[in-house]
Amino acid sequence: MNARQILVKIPFSYIFRNLWTRKVTTLLTAGGMALVVFVFAAVLMLDAGLKHTLVSTGSYDNAILLRQSSQTEIQSSVYRDQASLIETLPGIARDAEGNPQVSKEVLVLTQIPKRGSDKPQNVVVRGLPPIGVKLRPQVKLTDGRMFRVGSSEIVTGRSIAEGFEGVGIGQRLRFAGREWTVVGHFDGGKSGFDSEIWGDVEQMMQAFRRSTYSSVIVKLQDRDEFANLQQHINDDQRLILDVKREPAFYEEQSSSLSTFISVLGITLSVIFSIGAMIGAMITMYAAVANRTGEIGTLRALGFRRSSILAAFLAESVLLALVGGAAGLILASFLQAFTITTMNWQSFSQLAFGFYLTPAIVVKTMLFSVFMGLVGGFLPSVQAARLEIVDSLRAA
Amino acid sequence: MHYLRLVFKNIFRHTLRSLLTIVGLVVAILAFGLLQTVVNAWYAGADMASANRLVTRNATSLVFSMPAYYRERIKAIDGVTAVAISNWFGGVYKDQTFKNFFATFAVDSDVFFDLYPEFKVKPDELLAFKRDQRGCMVGRLIADQHGFKVGDVIPMTSPIYGGGTWEFTVRGIYEPKDQTTVTRQMYFHWDYLNEQMKKRFPKRAEFAGVFIVQIADGSRAAEVSQAIDKEFRNSLAETLTETEKAFSLGFVAQTEAIVTAVKIVSFVVIVIIFAVVANTMAMTARERLAEYATLKALGFPPVFVASLIFGESVMISALGGAIGIALTFPVAAGFKAMMGTMFPVFYVTGQTVAMQATAALAVGVLAGVLPSIRAANVKIVDGLRYAG
Repeated sequence: MNARQILVKIPFSYIFRNLWTRKVTTLLTAGGMALVVFVFAAVLMLDAGLKHTLVSTGSYDNAILLRQSSQTEIQSSVYRDQASLIETLPGIARDAEGNPQVSKEVLVLTQIPKRGSDKPQNVVVRGLPPIGVKLRPQVKLTDGRMFRVGSSEIVTGRSIAEGFEGVGIGQRLRFAGREWTVVGHFDGGKSGFDSEIWGDVEQMMQAFRRSTYSSVIVKLQDRDEFANLQQHINDDQRLILDVKREPAFYEEQSSSLSTFISVLGITLSVIFSIGAMIGAMITMYAAVANRTGEIGTLRALGFRRSSILAAFLAESVLLALVGGAAGLILASFLQAFTITTMNWQSFSQLAFGFYLTPAIVVKTMLFSVFMGLVGGFLPSVQAARLEIVDSLRAA
Repeated sequence: MHYLRLVFKNIFRHTLRSLLTIVGLVVAILAFGLLQTVVNAWYAGADMASANRLVTRNATSLVFSMPAYYRERIKAIDGVTAVAISNWFGGVYKDQTFKNFFATFAVDSDVFFDLYPEFKVKPDELLAFKRDQRGCMVGRLIADQHGFKVGDVIPMTSPIYGGGTWEFTVRGIYEPKDQTTVTRQMYFHWDYLNEQMKKRFPKRAEFAGVFIVQIADGSRAAEVSQAIDKEFRNSLAETLTETEKAFSLGFVAQTEAIVTAVKIVSFVVIVIIFAVVANTMAMTARERLAEYATLKALGFPPVFVASLIFGESVMISALGGAIGIALTFPVAAGFKAMMGTMFPVFYVTGQTVAMQATAALAVGVLAGVLPSIRAANVKIVDGLRYAG
């Protein structure tokens, strides 16, 4: 092995130690990058959290029926006779006694004050029959018991129980001209149901003076029966209804909020990353200026221009990776938090968390490598273009 | 004077580094200003609210309506001068994207524009609107966005009221009174909506979404609100009356988490740029230690030496801040044009500029503290030995 081959690469430890000696500068530059990465990752996690919440709200085995062209359950109304007709359609699952797995539900909004503020927020109240509870296997009772049919009892989702006033077990809520007793809390498995209040459908309809249902949820006999069911509904003149698979429906519900979060977040990340890249550039230019003599020595020893370029680029990328990892670790703590905000499409409060996926980890690290490459490129080129004689004289 | 010149010349000893730092500052201050403007835009509706207007809605929640005959009973209440029904039509023009979104209301056309003096209407256009049952009035912002002219027909669908395509003829375009006025709404006749409902879904006719109530004396708002709600207590649809401002702020509160996130993030960018500037100043001070020692050896007091680096930090930040603030105005205008009607009111307030200036100054001061202490404390012997 000749000397040339050995000397082609500058050892990694040299690169690493250069960062280590200038601790304050490294810390400040990496810190700036960490914050940018933190914002970038937080936005992606929030969007993922929103999607996760809405996807887990729906089941692929269920279909939802709404009045034609209404986008949300709030806007929709399904007449009683239509709802009864739906029960007779083919392709709908039945239990051992032959009862159709159909849940006729009513959805209304009421206002409850958020904990720690006197500002009332829109909250979804869902009236449903016992079969409706069974159609959502992800919903588990955590405290108390389920509401009883025919009574003014309600149960609340986890986010409501934690985030709103006056919803402890045994407490009474007043809406629609009645007092409702909270008898239980349920965990919706991080789905949208966590942000809902459930009660008996007939009681809710009477209290809110509604004569029509909002939506009808059906369980399919077989997931492939969907097209068949859709065909039957379209062919029946009496059923002026839209039918959608539940996951598709819930994804539509969040599309505008999701677009908003990602557009805002990506714009911010791009602007912020300019600041961080400039920080990296300043640091790397200073590193080149401080080590001019050193660079000359390395060149004199036989290292090539390309090796110098690679070494400085690697140093910049390493700096960015340190920042990126720190930002990502910081962002991962966000998973403990939940955000409650209004979903414009359904006009009600929706709670969702930050959700870290492997794809986000990869994207975030790529983003920081990119920042390091862009920030370090020009200084590295400058370092590589130094003439041996000049740089040795500069020292 | 000499001091300032010295500081200024020092900045350009490392032209590239100083320029990069200033560019970073410009970007950060610009971003900070834009984010603050976005937050302000969120409160646009509340800012334009008048103290003389109340909003009466169904007490259960906004999605429930009230019988239209409430209008006459509210009008009879002492202190009320005018009442207009306003129904959220939820019209969809073209498609459901933010870009094409504008608010659509069915209102009591004969009084509505009297209640809103901030909408400047031409008398002949208003008359033409009142005469045409299928006419509508559009705001300047949507007229510009979609190129609507008087006489154009706007086809819309409504997921709330259904009934296929509704067509409205533009009879007038109203102008904003000042920067705070939101002109992203289209108004048409409530009577027309009601007639159509009677024909198609008789059960859903004769209902009002909210009542806009004008009162003679803004200081009696609380009293009149209570009187209105008392009028309908224990009825089928109990009411909740509040000032227009409280009503609008209620909407903002629903999306408070997003506003808070934007606010937090706007300060994060300041911290990021602080790290960059602090780094620049630390590097500069380190390189000039020998120089500081020389100055001290010549008899300059430590305070002077410290003020050199401190002044440089503040001056760089001031330069970056000033350029950033100057750029905020054209960029905000461009952003507004790009976002279409998503932010109906989007302008840079004096408060935002003040906050930007404060942030830039704070960055300069904080970034200068540590290096200047180091410069002041450098021992002459050590500093001279140090070949930066």
